[in-house]
Amino acid sequence: MPPAILLRDTVSLLGRYPVLAGLDLRVEDGEIVLLRGPNGAGKTSLLRTCAGLLRVASGTATVLGHDLCVDRRTVRPQIGLLGHATGLYDDLTVLDNLRFWARAVRADRPDAIVDSALDRVALAERLRSVAVARLSSGQRRRVSLAAMIVRRPRLWLLDEPHAGLDAEGRDLLDAMIAEAAASGATVLFASHELDRAVAVASRCVTIAGGVVVADDAA
Amino acid sequence: MLRDAWLVLRRDLRLEWRTRTTVNQVVPFVLAIVLLFAFALDADSATLVRASAGLFWIAVLFAASMIVQRVASVDQRDGVGDALRMSGIDPAGAYIGRTLALSAQLVVTEAVLGLAIVAFYGIDLRGLGLLAVTGGLATLGIAAVGSIYGPLVAGIEGRETVLPLLFLPVQAPVLLAAARASEVALGRGVGSGWPWAAMLGMLAVIYLGIGVATASTLAEET
Repeated sequence: MPPAILLRDTVSLLGRYPVLAGLDLRVEDGEIVLLRGPNGAGKTSLLRTCAGLLRVASGTATVLGHDLCVDRRTVRPQIGLLGHATGLYDDLTVLDNLRFWARAVRADRPDAIVDSALDRVALAERLRSVAVARLSSGQRRRVSLAAMIVRRPRLWLLDEPHAGLDAEGRDLLDAMIAEAAASGATVLFASHELDRAVAVASRCVTIAGGVVVADDAA
Repeated sequence: MLRDAWLVLRRDLRLEWRTRTTVNQVVPFVLAIVLLFAFALDADSATLVRASAGLFWIAVLFAASMIVQRVASVDQRDGVGDALRMSGIDPAGAYIGRTLALSAQLVVTEAVLGLAIVAFYGIDLRGLGLLAVTGGLATLGIAAVGSIYGPLVAGIEGRETVLPLLFLPVQAPVLLAAARASEVALGRGVGSGWPWAAMLGMLAVIYLGIGVATASTLAEET
């Protein structure tokens, strides 16, 4: 079985500037891998490269069996990315947003999937018809998470996923990560909340200066 | 492609329904233009009538520039651009959906603007068939260009000034043909208005073709 992520001597570009410095990484299907490293180490760039959002300038990058240098658009719908931004339309309601994203990935029975996702992130019923702009940052984070899971991704890429969530939300997220991996999805996430993150992860990869400097079992 | 076009069209119209930006901001803006011209040329109503077709289409272009600016910024805000790229929506379909939604918003603006010009300037409405065809084709051409340039400038500094600088000159042929056809329809131009309408149709097809062909490239981050 091919690995979920295979990067070899990968350099990717942010505009015209290289952001990874020949990075090597192999992540197997179903693994939960924590990315750690100081600010500016390249964690976000690595996640965005794996999501097919940054162009690979040299080396090789294969995600879910797709060569990112050749067909990064094909693999993107199979990937869920939870970044610092919400990825939501502020002026649309929670339901409008999620139904749009569910239909965008051609989900079967999108309304049912959306309801189930909102139940999973425990967003109160009364908030579902409210514009996203009127939600608190923690509530928006939950909606972003719901928008990600309506895609039923095979690869979860999470950038500081615990940020903005309350204690209950963090526990919920950890449980969802574990469930995703148990159902065969792969999770790569960056976090500074090491105690909590290490407890969830099966492996810790440390990066600095755009390369992997340590790779340990959690 | 058509499925994605429908999805994006519905999303843009829903955004407009929730925010009422066209109705609450763009329409009052173009009405103000029409009113100010009426005040400025009050003593010379013949000039006002003669200039009404050109003035109408200039006001429509300004309105289009405002709507394009807003729609494009919404698609770039707070990670939505990344989410769209990750969604697998066909960029050509998204382009068509955006163009149709923009056209719909322009049609509403044009209807109000047209009624205001008829009322304030004392225009006799005739040649309704030619006016309708001209309006439809010019609107499509304007929206087709706006949907190319909007996303193109959405992520750059100073987009508020860059967009009109790029968008308005390209619209010069549409403005020329639409104004001439409208003048003929209103009984003030010379010759037939249909060749001008045909030119508008040709321009709309060319602009739509360019938009569909370049959508995929423009949708990608570098």
